[in-house]
Amino acid sequence: MNLEKVVFGFFILLALTLNFGFVIGEIDNPDHHASWELFAAIIVNLIATVLKFGERTQIGAVLLAASLVADLQLIAAAVLWGVALYGTEVGLTPMVMASIVSLAGGALVANVVSVILLIIETVKIHR
Amino acid sequence: MTGPVFPIILRRMRGPLLAVITAYALGMVVLMAIPGVTDDGEPWRMTFLHAFYFLTYTAPTIGFGEIPHDYTDAQRFGYLVAIYLPVISWFYALVTIIGLVQDPFFRQAVTEARFQRQVRRIADPFWIVCGYGDTGALLVRSMTDRGVVVTVVDRDQSRIEDLATRGLRTFVPGLYGDANSTVTLNAAGLNLPNCQGVLSVTGDDHTNLHVAITVRLLRPSLRVLCRADHRSTAANMASFGTDHIINPFETFADRLALAITSPEMHRVFEWLSGMPNTPLVERPQPPKGRWLVCGYGRFGKAVCRQFDRIGAEYTVIEQMPERAGAPDEGTIHGKGTEAVTLREAGIESAAAVLAGTADDADNLSIVMTSRDLQPDLFLTARENQLANKPLFKAARLQLPVEPSYIIATRMLSLITAPLLPEFLRIARGFDRSWHARLAERIREVSGGVVPDIWTLEISESASPTVVDLRESGHEVRIRHIAIDPHGGGEGVNALLLLLVRSEGVVPLPDMEVVLEPGDRLLFCGTEDAHAQMNWTLFHRNTLRFLVTGEQRPDGIVWRWLARRRNAA
Repeated sequence: MNLEKVVFGFFILLALTLNFGFVIGEIDNPDHHASWELFAAIIVNLIATVLKFGERTQIGAVLLAASLVADLQLIAAAVLWGVALYGTEVGLTPMVMASIVSLAGGALVANVVSVILLIIETVKIHR
Repeated sequence: MTGPVFPIILRRMRGPLLAVITAYALGMVVLMAIPGVTDDGEPWRMTFLHAFYFLTYTAPTIGFGEIPHDYTDAQRFGYLVAIYLPVISWFYALVTIIGLVQDPFFRQAVTEARFQRQVRRIADPFWIVCGYGDTGALLVRSMTDRGVVVTVVDRDQSRIEDLATRGLRTFVPGLYGDANSTVTLNAAGLNLPNCQGVLSVTGDDHTNLHVAITVRLLRPSLRVLCRADHRSTAANMASFGTDHIINPFETFADRLALAITSPEMHRVFEWLSGMPNTPLVERPQPPKGRWLVCGYGRFGKAVCRQFDRIGAEYTVIEQMPERAGAPDEGTIHGKGTEAVTLREAGIESAAAVLAGTADDADNLSIVMTSRDLQPDLFLTARENQLANKPLFKAARLQLPVEPSYIIATRMLSLITAPLLPEFLRIARGFDRSWHARLAERIREVSGGVVPDIWTLEISESASPTVVDLRESGHEVRIRHIAIDPHGGGEGVNALLLLLVRSEGVVPLPDMEVVLEPGDRLLFCGTEDAHAQMNWTLFHRNTLRFLVTGEQRPDGIVWRWLARRRNAA
């Protein structure tokens, strides 16, 4: 067992689970989506991205790309949240909330891809 | 991505970036977790926006005050953590970057990547020079002076740094690396389609051999020119088809023999293969009498072999005759630096002394002692280090032997004038008066400096005007392209040495010969003549004027009008 691999897998999976946890619920209901969870998802995603730095394999490059996509979408969701709440007078209307969650949903897809790639890599090594 | 630079940075920055992210996350959590009290006594907590904003300005330690409300002591206590954590993590990141920049491995990766970019950006045909010592430096300078693009590989970093300070005419990318490695050669452009060939002139025979075989295997179509100091290396290189193998000592010995047997031809040889734009030198001709050869190493052996061939008399002086394998009979034991040894070898009756040891100080000493004993001797000495050139110059030798000069000039003429060796080979077959006439002609056209040598091809791409005029039914003779259009019928300062056609090879052909496509011509002359000839070959009206004597309007419109007028 390799500790580095455990940490790597842990963060990639955690990024997916947190992301999923945030997205699940009625899409336009602010009560179903905790800001803390989005915050945690962003942090864990950033950490997962940095962990993927410097991989020179083809699969490593795609993993990094998927992570960058997830970061981008999650940060966009957070910015949208902040702007709606503080930047303008709009507030968390169902429409804004739906946008935030759908952005995070996009990130979820990227995270799913990451995990699939991780599984493929693992399977290939063990064969 | 070029080179491994970017992955190295990312890999190294992983730790610091993780620290920064974690510090920010923890800081934000702390900031938002501790409740505060507004001035009105209302409880409040920081939002994500406030927390991130607060951290952004405290992390680089430029505090902004307490916003949006004054903090309670409990908040201040917790915020200390949120201030120090990011600061420390940023500091860690900064130190890592500084360490990375100073890391020699990283620096090497950066220079290599930069070199590769420079090489890949070269659009023109270029040559790779392996080894930037005395020979390499001379070679690179003369090549760049002639507009040839080169890249350089050397094992010594200081030499590569030297490259930038030489004030060369064009920019020459240099890589610090081992020419024995295929990776280095590929970085220098071996695998690029516009690479013309490789010149291997390192001081190490084995490296040169390795370069030659690498190029033969990876790019068989490229030309390889190699220096070989040992005969066995030369034979080895020849065995797998290295294009040109240059052994400086053998080359010199061959020239010396030529100078003794046919001095006029030797003069032509020297002039045509010298460094362009240096003065034409008239060296005293070596005498036919007995030679004293001091030092029976690679150099001495090469000279003695040639002496045997032409039947010249010589006496060998060698410090360790048994080890050097000197002939038992007549070999004098000693260094040659002392008068005793030289007298023993019969310097009084000798005509010339050749100091050929591997030590410059010894060689100079031999020459000076000999001159003391016998002032009118013909002296020649081997220069081992280019740095000692001023000393040899001061010793006023009749014939200095500069291996680096010999190699550089041979290689230069091989790549800029591939027909020259063929011409010199043919010229050797002629008699003395022919040589003398040739030398005279070269002197006339060259204006006192070593002439420029160029090859001209009659083809659509290299001489479009000739092909054009031929197609319109005119006969273009050699005379026509060698006329100076501004000089009232005078020829340019150039001499046609050789005409190569599929039917045969003609040295010094008649100027009335009609040019045909596929002809190759070898000229020597001044740089101006070369430029003028190029103008004629690419400027349709100039050549038409020279051939038919008529002045034509030029340009598409004028040509069209002329056609209409003719048709009407």
